[in-house]
Formats: sequence, structure tokens, C-alpha cells
Amino acid sequence: MIGLLAPGLVAPVLVVAEEAHAAELSSGGLLASAAWLIPVVPLVAAWVIALFGKRFPLKGWDVAIAVMGFEAAYGTVLLLSHIANPIGYEGTVEIARIGSLPIEWGWTVDGLSIMMYSIVGVVGFLVFLYARGYMEGDIRYTWFFASFTLFAGGMLVLVSAPNLLQLIVGWELVGVSSWLLIGHYWEEHENSSAAIKAFLVNRVGDIGLFIGAIIVSVSVGSFRFSDVLDGVESGAPTLARYAFWGGVALFIGAMGKSAQFPLHVWLPDAMAGPTPVSALMHAATMVTAGVYLVGRVYPLYLTEGFADDVRSFIIVVGALTLFLTGLIALVQNDIKKVLAYSTLSQLGYMTAAMGAGAYTAGLFHLFTHAFFKALLFLGAGSVIHAVHSNNLSDMGGLRKDMPWTFRTFVVGSLALAGILPLAGFFSKDEILASLRFAGSEESGFTAAQGGAGLANVVLVLAIAGAFVTAFYMARTVFLTFYGQYKGHGHPHESPKVMWVPLAVLGFFSIVAGWINIPGITSTFTDVVGARFHLVADHHAESFDYLAMVLGLAAAVGGIALGYRIWFPDRATQAERDTFTIPGLYPLLSAKYHIDTFYMDGIIRPIRGPVAGAVNWVNGHVIDFVVNGAGLAAMGLGRGVYVLDQEGVDGAINAAGAVTGAGGGVLRRMQSGRIEQYATWLIGGTVALVAGFIIFS
Amino acid sequence: MLENGWALSGVVFLPLVGAGVLLAIPKANEQLQKVAALGFASASFVLSVLLAVVFDYGNAAAYQFGTDLEWIGAINSNFHIGVDGISLPLLVLSTFITVLSIVYSWEHWPDPHNPKAFLMLILVLATGLAGTFVALDLILFFVFFEVVLLPMYFMIGIWGDRNEVNLPVFNRVTEMRLYASIKFFLFTLFGSAFMLLGFLALYFRSGDGGEERTFDMIELTARGDLFTGSFAFWVFAGLFIGFAVKVPMFPLHTWLPDAHTAAPTVGSVLLAAVMLKLGTYAFVRISLPILPEEAQNWAPVIGILAVVGIIYASLACLAQTDMKRLIAFSSVGHMGFVMLGVATLTDIGINAAIIGMVAHGVITGLLFFLAGSMSHRYHTREMARLGGNQKLMPIMGAILAFTAMASLGLPGLAGFWGEFMALLASFNPLEGLSTGLFRTLMVIGAIGTVLAAGYLLWMLQKVNFGEPSTEWDGHHFHDVDRWEMAAWVPLIVSIVAVGVFPRIVFGATNDAVINLVQTVFGG
Repeated sequence: MIGLLAPGLVAPVLVVAEEAHAAELSSGGLLASAAWLIPVVPLVAAWVIALFGKRFPLKGWDVAIAVMGFEAAYGTVLLLSHIANPIGYEGTVEIARIGSLPIEWGWTVDGLSIMMYSIVGVVGFLVFLYARGYMEGDIRYTWFFASFTLFAGGMLVLVSAPNLLQLIVGWELVGVSSWLLIGHYWEEHENSSAAIKAFLVNRVGDIGLFIGAIIVSVSVGSFRFSDVLDGVESGAPTLARYAFWGGVALFIGAMGKSAQFPLHVWLPDAMAGPTPVSALMHAATMVTAGVYLVGRVYPLYLTEGFADDVRSFIIVVGALTLFLTGLIALVQNDIKKVLAYSTLSQLGYMTAAMGAGAYTAGLFHLFTHAFFKALLFLGAGSVIHAVHSNNLSDMGGLRKDMPWTFRTFVVGSLALAGILPLAGFFSKDEILASLRFAGSEESGFTAAQGGAGLANVVLVLAIAGAFVTAFYMARTVFLTFYGQYKGHGHPHESPKVMWVPLAVLGFFSIVAGWINIPGITSTFTDVVGARFHLVADHHAESFDYLAMVLGLAAAVGGIALGYRIWFPDRATQAERDTFTIPGLYPLLSAKYHIDTFYMDGIIRPIRGPVAGAVNWVNGHVIDFVVNGAGLAAMGLGRGVYVLDQEGVDGAINAAGAVTGAGGGVLRRMQSGRIEQYATWLIGGTVALVAGFIIFS
Repeated sequence: MLENGWALSGVVFLPLVGAGVLLAIPKANEQLQKVAALGFASASFVLSVLLAVVFDYGNAAAYQFGTDLEWIGAINSNFHIGVDGISLPLLVLSTFITVLSIVYSWEHWPDPHNPKAFLMLILVLATGLAGTFVALDLILFFVFFEVVLLPMYFMIGIWGDRNEVNLPVFNRVTEMRLYASIKFFLFTLFGSAFMLLGFLALYFRSGDGGEERTFDMIELTARGDLFTGSFAFWVFAGLFIGFAVKVPMFPLHTWLPDAHTAAPTVGSVLLAAVMLKLGTYAFVRISLPILPEEAQNWAPVIGILAVVGIIYASLACLAQTDMKRLIAFSSVGHMGFVMLGVATLTDIGINAAIIGMVAHGVITGLLFFLAGSMSHRYHTREMARLGGNQKLMPIMGAILAFTAMASLGLPGLAGFWGEFMALLASFNPLEGLSTGLFRTLMVIGAIGTVLAAGYLLWMLQKVNFGEPSTEWDGHHFHDVDRWEMAAWVPLIVSIVAVGVFPRIVFGATNDAVINLVQTVFGG
């Protein structure tokens, strides 16, 4: 209301600081300077849909799909023009100043953000298209698209952020809209609980994000990424001093959003939301945010003397995540849960790659995974739509009834398993190769950075993880599409608006990997490498054949074993039972008891006895003193009065007078006749004012 | 006209004049009473906005629109008023909330009815609140500070909650409104007594340099050298008790949950939105500049109590079953962040404190409006019985969800800046303060934000989500009415505006705060 008129209010809207950092990057022209539209359009559209969506012919979906179409087109055009001529542009608007710290909004257009714009736009567009069919007849159809648009918009705010503050804003917008979407069917207690779980676990991570942002920004005196990375480049001593803790804290933030072990527990429960939400959340949006953040500040983690020693922590977290969560997927019966745990596992791969110093490989897997994971979720949604159940045991034999869903789902599964020449093969291979490199002598990793030995252990886990991935995806495909249909009714293929996006995603799941074939193409490396503060990571010039063979063998072996055990009528129930290793399976079904521990070990005690104790202290200890003092004073007053009056009128009269007087005040208060009081009050104040006039 | 103090005096005293005018209006003519009250409150609001427009932001550290007239010559106490960048946002906040309270009251009168008296109290309260933010003389400040007390006492005592409450341990049963109003009154008076002692001590010591004794804040700041050693310690302690009760800071907070729960809706709103700020404002305006050395000695204590308050209040919130009481306890936590900002004694921290005050004003004000309107409809505040509200009253539910998000400090909404910047300031407190301690406080405070998210999300789950209880079958609930809309939409707009564009507050405060920190702490 006030500071609006502070100097420079009108000006900053016009004055945009534009910077093209590195000399070899172009400013991108109008395409880059107008890119502020990318985050702003969906944010505005979300409000429009929420408030007026029902008045539109298609109840708000039309607005949403137009927005996502715009995002997809803008992202694609940016990507193509970036490939032709790398762009590095940053626009900022100063919106306030606190102390000497400027607070800015802005937008970044460089390789890393362009890659994200394009996948959020393209995958988002396809998911929104699909959602029209999937959400048909939903009780809160318009509201769904408002929140969904906000969700995409929040992600774009995050990606476009040139500074940590704006990243936090986008980060939390994603968080709050995920809460809305996961809890979309809030009539069920379970769903709203899942939504709260997602929000709260993310908030726990946010402690890290907040503190990391504070440490890093205060150390360099600016929230801007470019200033932070300048500080890394120039070896700023204050930043160097705090970089370790800043790096750890920021990564804890990333662990929350990117669902890394042990903050992974929210993601499987997030399945409570409608399937299109899962598709976007697990692919291009939200869970990618943490990996993106690590990528954005990557020089901080790469440079010796800064947060490079945090990488050993990152790689361990990634390895634990990829292996432990992949195992849980083995025992899931809910098709979406299988996919959810596979997402966790794949996020673990990305994180492990980042920890191993392989920026490009980590982001490349993020890129390809966005396509085939969206495809798998939408395919699962298509199946669920047809059979009205999430359970694999209610499916089977759908291959003939749902040909498009079947074909595309198989493509997605093969891509996820990492079968040549699908997208997942190339990106996973690049991760394995970079882990091999990290484990070699020439990488020169210090023990603090993780060291070669650790990298080799992680490599083994990653190959084992690839085997597990292939196995559970084979199981899912065989149980869903082969054998006899075990559910109710007669399932049939989803409408065109749903299977066309599947086909398009299937296409990308095949070809997306081809843009980065070692020794042949390096488009992806060039795209994400062309950014402010170049990231000098190791990138292989040719295939690492050993890693490739091991990875492929693991994938094929996993599928083969999956076929042997789960293909209908291949194995007897007894054989399947011997496969369920005693001891391990109960542990996996219980999700290593982590959720239970959080619930019974932390949440319930805090909400129950701890909170109760605090409340008890409030009433029985602090207020005991307060009330006791009050009552004692009353008693004392009465006693003094009685003593005083005794000599004059006698105790009995006095006591009567006290109660009488007290009762009189109360009576007046109870009757609500307080004009006299108000009059005195005003009179007194007026007298004071009058006094001042007279005395002055 | 604007420069010589008349305009600023108008902002402060127009509501009081309004109260006087209301006296003359017959009790039966409620419509005229409402129009008159709204008219005077609006005039005060418009005038304050006008001042904000004309305010010289390039010179935000200077007191503007002020006057300095001799008042009580015998003790050299003057009618000295003025606003700078620190008080301006709070002044506008107070006149803004007053107008909205009257708008909301239009068709929502608590029992026993009597709009005339109720409106008069609101107007007197408005004068007290606005006056406190512009007073630059300690006696004048004290008078306004105390003027606030009585109307609120009556509001709670007369229009308050008539349910009975059993005092634990003593096993006494009393009516909630009576208990809460007396507790509120005595608690605050207890604090004020210490505060007044502090003021008097400053006054008497101020003459030691050979000059005439004074109550003038600016003059006292300039004579800071006179206030040292144990004298300064005890004065600061006195002021601390007085202000900390008002904030309220743990462990002097227990009047607040009772007062809020018992007060009528508008009373809670004014109490939370504006009145709590008197304490935090007084720290910034009086304690810090006049006793800077003691401020540094006390800062760790203030910081620790602030953070204890954050955690303590959040945990207490988790145990509440009464929605209004939960919101009341949440105020203690939010004010903890404000005090943490103040305790860092840095420009960022104090800026954070002021935007935190403004944000808490609009957000918690709105939460109390909502709690009031909901309990008016359901005749209960028990969260367990309110489930499924989103189904019964979708607009009310949506606004509640929005406000809860703002309250948990969601970035992009007003509440974020105060919390985040207070934490940021704690990383590097004023030189000389223990960074180890304040960084620990930063981490604990950040954990507090998770607890805050917890109790607010669980509150929403209990109140808004799920299926409505069968006890409401057949009831028709009127969703948000137009008077509620009229009072709430401005608040919603403010929450978004301050969140997206914090310059609305920082633009006014920043230079003033930087100047304060530099002149007082040399940092």
C-alpha cells in the first residue's frame, strides 16, 4: 500500500537488466527477451481458469491446453534456435531491496533452462491433451485444470529463475499445487493425507533449501546464480568458507523435491492424485527440480575448495536411492506404485551421476526419462481407465483389447529397461560409463569427493539396479497384457485423445537418446553445456564398451528372468514362491519400515504426547503462575480491605460491600450497558487532547 | 496543510471524533451509526493513504508530517508526532484494518447486540493504535498505548465468549469472557507498569548532562551516552517486560490464546492484526535506538525466547482442537519470527520484522475473520465437527485454504518475506553477537516452518476436507456473504500484492532501517 511509491517503482517495469554472459553465447534476440512469458502465462492462466474457467466452452481445458501448446511451441523454438546458435540471456527486474540485498524477478534463457522449458512444454502439452479424456466427467474438472496449470507454471518459474529467491518461489508453488493435485479427491481421508505427506516431506527438504540459499547468498551478497558462480570462478574466500555447508543444505533441498532416500516416502503416496498428475509429476515436473537445482549450481559442486567434497554425499544418496527403491518395486501390486518406485530408482541414477561429476549424463537421463516415464504413467492410466482397478491381479490379457496402449507401454518399458536403441539405453549407458570413469585412476577423484573405490561400488549397484529395473518392468508388462483377463467387465482401448499422446511419447521414447551417442552425436551435451559458467565435466568421446555390455546384459537378463517367472504359465506358483526370498520380501513389502518409523517414531509422538505436553505446560505451569498470582492478589486485596474496614464498620459489612461492588460491575458488564464507560473513556482522551491544547 | 501535523493528527483523531459523534446518535438509529463510524474510519484511512502517497521516500529515515507542540510543560512532555518509513506501513495497516472491521461488522454483530457501543469502542481503539505508531514522545506513546487497552477489555468482557471455562489446578469455573478480559487487562497493565518505570527512569537520567529532562524519543536517542551500565540494563529490562507482554513473547504470552478465543471476531482481528504490533514496533522505535548497548546485550535472550516461542507455539497449535485457539497460538509463533528479526539487530532483520508485522496483520486478520464467520454458522469451533466444510461452503473453504497457505509462509504470498528474511538475517547478525548462537537459532527457526506447515495443513484437513458430518444433514449454510467479501477481498489482494511485490513495504522501510542501524549500531 505504501512503498509502491518508493522511488523507481514505475521505472523497473521498463528497465530490464539484460545480460549475455559468456562471449560465445548469443543474446537470443526477441525470443530470449520475451521469454518472461514462459512462467507468467501459466500463472495468469491458472487464476483465469480458477475464477472464470467454467464459462469457457470446454470448461477451462481449452485455456489450459492453449497455454501448454504455447509452452511446447516456445520451448521447441527456443531449443532449435539454441542448437543453431547457443543462447545465454538473463533478464532481471529489481522489485525491492532489503538492506543492500536486491530482490529480483527475472528469467534465464540458457542451455540448461531451455532443455527444461522444452520438456516441460512438450511433455506437459501431451499430458494435458490426454487429461481431457482421462478427467472427463470429473467432479472438479475445471478446478483440476486450474491447479494443473499452476503446477506447470510453478515449475517454469523455478526453471526460469536467475536467482535463488525466485527458485524458492517456484519450488514452493510446485509444492503447493502438488498438494492440491494429490489431494484432488479430498473426500477420502487417505488422499488428503497423501497430499499432506508430500507437502510436509518436501518442507523438511526445504529446511535445507532455505538454509543453503541463505548461506550461499549471504556469502556472495547476492541471490543471483551468476554471482554465486562468479564467486566460484574467482575463488571468493567467504563463499569458499561456507560452500561445504551451503552445498550440503542445498542438496538436502534437492533430496526433498527429487525424492531421494530417505526423503523419498512422499512420492509413492502421491499416486493418490489423478494419473495425469502422476505422469507429469514423475516425468518433467517437480521431481526433476532437485536434479535441476544441483545442475544449476553445478560448478559449486565441481570446483575444488568449494562444495566438491559434498559430492561423496550426493553419490551415496543417489546409489542408495537407485538400489533400495528399485527393490521395493519388485513387490508392488499396484501398477502405479511399480512405476512410482521405478521413478525413485531412476532419480537415484540421475543423482548418482551428478555425484560422480557427470553433469551431462545426469541431465540426459532426466531428459529421456521424462518421455518414457510420462508414457508409462499415461499408459497405466489408460489401463486403469479400462479395467477400473490399479491392481496387476485384476489385469492380464489386455494386449488384444488395447493395442495402442500395449504397444506404447512396451516401448516405454523397454526404454526404461535400457534396451538398445531406445532412449533409456543411451542415457543409462552414459551414467554407467561416467561411473566407470569416476572409478578409474585418471579421473583423479579425491577421497573427499567420493574417490574411485566408492564410484566402483556405485557402478556395481547401478548395474544391479538395471537388472532389477528390467525384471520388474517385464513383470508388469506380462501381468498386465499377457495371459487371461482377470478383472471385471470388458475393457477396451481408450479414446483417441488419450492414445495419440501415448504414440507421440512412444516416438520420443525411441529417438530421444539418439541426440547424444558417444562419438556420433553430441547435441544434448552441446545444449546443456552452453550456459553461464561452463561446466567442464567428463564426456566420453566414444562408447565405453564394457559398461555398455554390462548394462545391456543386466537389462536382457532381467527381462529373461522376468519372462521365466512372470510370463503366464511359464512358472508354477511354487516356483514363484521360492523366488520370494524369505526375509527380504517382507522387508520390501514394509518399505524397509521407513514410513512406519516416520509415522510412529516422529509424526505421532509430536502430534500426540509432545504437543499435548506443551499444551499442558501452557495451562498447568505457566498459567498456574499467572492465575495463582491473580488469585493471590485478589485474596490479598480482600484481606487487606477486610482488615482495614474491621476497625471502622466491622468485617461483615465490609465483606458485603466487596461482593456488592464486585457484583455491580459484573452486572453492568453483563447487561451490556457500557455507554458510561465508553463516555468516560472518550471523555478522558478528549481531556488529554484538550489539556495539550490548553497547555501549549 | 500536510506538513504541519494537522493531517497526521487527523489520521489519529478522526476516529475519536467519530466516536464522539456516535454518542450523539440515538441508539435506535443503527444505520446512521454504522454510516458515521465507517465514514470517520474511512476518512482516517484515506488520509493515511494520502500521506503515504505524498511521503518523501527519498528521505524515509526522517520523520515527516509531524509536529512538536508543548503539551505538559511541567514535565517537558510534548505532543510530538511524525512518521518515518518504519511507522508508515504500520500506520496504514492500522487504519486499513479498522475500516475492514467496520465493514465486516455491518451485518455481523456479536451478542449482546448494541452496535453503537461496539462501534465506539472500535473507533477509540483505532485512535489508540494509530497514535501509538506516530507518537515520538514517551508520555504520549504511553497514553496511546494504554488507550488501546480499555476498548479491548470491554470488547472481550461484554461481547466475548459466554462458555464456561475451568481453570486448571485451581478448579475454578468462570465465564470465558470474564476470565480472558481480566487476564488480558491485568497482564498488559502489569507490563505497562514496568514500561512506565523505564520511561520515568530515562526521563530523570536524561537531565544528567545538564540539559533539560525530556521524554522525547529523538532527544533521548541523541543522549544515549547517559544511559549506560546497570542503569541501562534495568531500564531495558523494564521496557522489555512491557513490550514483550504485548508482542507477546514466550513465556509472557498466555493472555493471548484466551483473549483471542474469547474475543468477538472483530476484536480478535484488531488484536491480532494491529495490537500485537505495538510491542514489536516499540522494540524497534524505543528500545533499540535509545539503549543500543543493552539491545546488544539482550539480543541473544530475545533471539532465544523468540525461537522458543516459534517451536513452543507450533507444538501447542498441534494440540488444539478449537480452530480459533489454534490460530491464536499461531500468532505467538509468527511474532517469534518478527522478534528473531529484531534480535539480529541488522538492517535485513529489522526490515524482515516490519514486513512480518504487516504480513501477519493481513494474514492472521483474515484467518480470524474466517474463524469467526465459520463459528457463527456452525455454532462451534471444534475442528472435529467442521470436516467437509469445503463441500458445504466452497468459497469459504477456498479462502481458508488460501489464507492458511499464506500463513505457513508460502513464497509469493506476504508471509514468506518476514520468515525467510529473519532466518537470513540470523546467519549474519550484528557484529559482536554470537554467530554460532544465531545460526543455531536459524536452523531451529527453519524447523519451525515445517511445524507451522504441519499444523496448518492438518487444520485444513480436519476443517475443510472429508465428508461433512451427518449432524449437518439438512442444514443450509450460507456461503460467504457480500459484507464478508467486501472485508476480505482487500486482504486477499494485499496478501498477494505484498508477496509478489515486497517493495510495497521494503520501499518505505529499507532506508529508514538502514539509517537506524547505522546511526545506532554503527553497522
